[in-house]
Amino acid sequence: MILIGERINAGFSDVKQALQEKDREEIENLAERQADSGADYLDINMGAVSKDPDDMIWLIEIVQDTVDTPISIDSQNPDIVEPALEACNGDPLINSTTAQDEKLEKLIPLAVDHDASIIGITSGEEGAPQDVNGRLEYAAKIFTSANEYGLEVDNLFIDPVAMPLKFMQEQASNLLEAINQLSNISDPPPHISLGISNMSSDASEKSLINRTFLVMAMAVGLDAAICNVFDEKLINSVATAEMILNEEIYNDSFIETYRMG
Amino acid sequence: MQIPDVSSTWENEINSVTIGATEEEGGTRSRTVTIGGETTMPYLHFEGTMPNHPVLAFEIWDVLPEDWPQITKEPFGDVMGNPVEWAQKCEEDFEPDLLSLRLMGCDPYGEDRSPEEAAKTVERVLEATTLPLIIWGSGDDEKDNEVFTLVSPAAEGENCLLGTITEDNYRTLAALGKADDHKVIAESPVDINIAKQVNTLALDVGYDLENIVIFPDSPALGYGIEYVYSIMERTRLAGLKGDRLMAQPMLANIGGEVWKTKEAKINAEERPNWGDNRKRGPLWEATTAFTYLQAGADLVIMRHPKALNEVGRKIERLMDSGGK
Repeated sequence: MILIGERINAGFSDVKQALQEKDREEIENLAERQADSGADYLDINMGAVSKDPDDMIWLIEIVQDTVDTPISIDSQNPDIVEPALEACNGDPLINSTTAQDEKLEKLIPLAVDHDASIIGITSGEEGAPQDVNGRLEYAAKIFTSANEYGLEVDNLFIDPVAMPLKFMQEQASNLLEAINQLSNISDPPPHISLGISNMSSDASEKSLINRTFLVMAMAVGLDAAICNVFDEKLINSVATAEMILNEEIYNDSFIETYRMG
Repeated sequence: MQIPDVSSTWENEINSVTIGATEEEGGTRSRTVTIGGETTMPYLHFEGTMPNHPVLAFEIWDVLPEDWPQITKEPFGDVMGNPVEWAQKCEEDFEPDLLSLRLMGCDPYGEDRSPEEAAKTVERVLEATTLPLIIWGSGDDEKDNEVFTLVSPAAEGENCLLGTITEDNYRTLAALGKADDHKVIAESPVDINIAKQVNTLALDVGYDLENIVIFPDSPALGYGIEYVYSIMERTRLAGLKGDRLMAQPMLANIGGEVWKTKEAKINAEERPNWGDNRKRGPLWEATTAFTYLQAGADLVIMRHPKALNEVGRKIERLMDSGGK
């Protein structure tokens, strides 16, 4: 399971303040703790606080000075993504493009040129479809575009869009079915990713909803998640699910083993 | 009809483990032996590489092994019972890649030799030989911990392979191996889950996974070998897929298991239709070794020179075949 740590996001007040006040320590701390918790990528999102590429680079450089974990550049703006890619060591992840032509045309070639991976969200001109077929149509469009630009399938993540359970309850089962069908879109399939925390937005028992859904989605093919890696029960559930799916060999200390990476 | 290409490629490689240290490296061995490093399942040279030949070791004991069948004693004449001369004879006459010394004399239910005696034996064997050395205890956890407490520092600098750590007894030997720069054998009783657990425990007490050789036990041909074959196969697949707790080279220690089977030791007078046991016994040992090599063994510890010779030639053929 590829875990993308969501916590360096200016939607959170501590990150917003750190970005506004240029407080390195807060960012270093979040980077280190997420890496220690098993994050495979660290997502960096400036939210509404800044549209300045220099601020994105400032965040990226702090994270890279602190840990080796690859960066997930959380922006759909090519004017931010391109300089951010230049600033990244290793192979970053672009989070994200939609299925809109003007985004695909700019962002996928950027990924190819920088050996980066990219998340394609199944959302287009008319927003994010709620049914299974609408999600698959956008996924097919993203997949085809990635293929045309020569992106390796292993560098493509499709995100079929998690919607809040509290407000759109019927969406959860549609989403599971979409993941199931996406896992057969090609052989090998692209990665399938979700922003898991959207599922529990404004709900009670957020952690329980997130981990229950994540495990159910893993069973039908989800192999990446943008999530709160500080949620210990969530990570333990991932470790357990990987064993149940026979992706990891069981041993009695499997939780500890999973955390050893 | 076009035959589809079903070859696989793996992103990860098995750890390479070097045993022995030359003078420049702080030891006294004439050469070192490196095992592991594969990027393919065994001998599929068209899928990946096997940079190191699988290697063979001779088993010697610090005491006379009373219960070994006569035909395993004959090649060594009267040097058995003297580990120094036995080791020298193995090295000079039969040319294995390594020597494997079992300190059976320390068995509390046998001669119950002291840790001091064991350390002296190890020092003398090291002085008299030049090949890299594997050292086993007698198999009694408590006594082995006392024995290795003196044996490990006595062999400091020689980069030996010490065995074994198990799920129930790993702290002492892992600490000694780390302190004195030895490699260790992680033993698990025909159980892949325990194999992974032992490595987790070793890592947990600070022992480096890069210095471990996995030993999943080695039943003889006809006595459950297929269970271990599939465990070794799964272990290697997991290692190649990126499970770093399963990416260790593997060892088969077959002599003791082979030479207690009736197929290997019953003589031709007792079973005339089974043929000459002087041929049959070594053949049973060699066939057992072949099987473990195909399962992924990187190091096989053997007893009979004829079997060792045959298996050595087989390894050459498998390595030179280019996968054909």
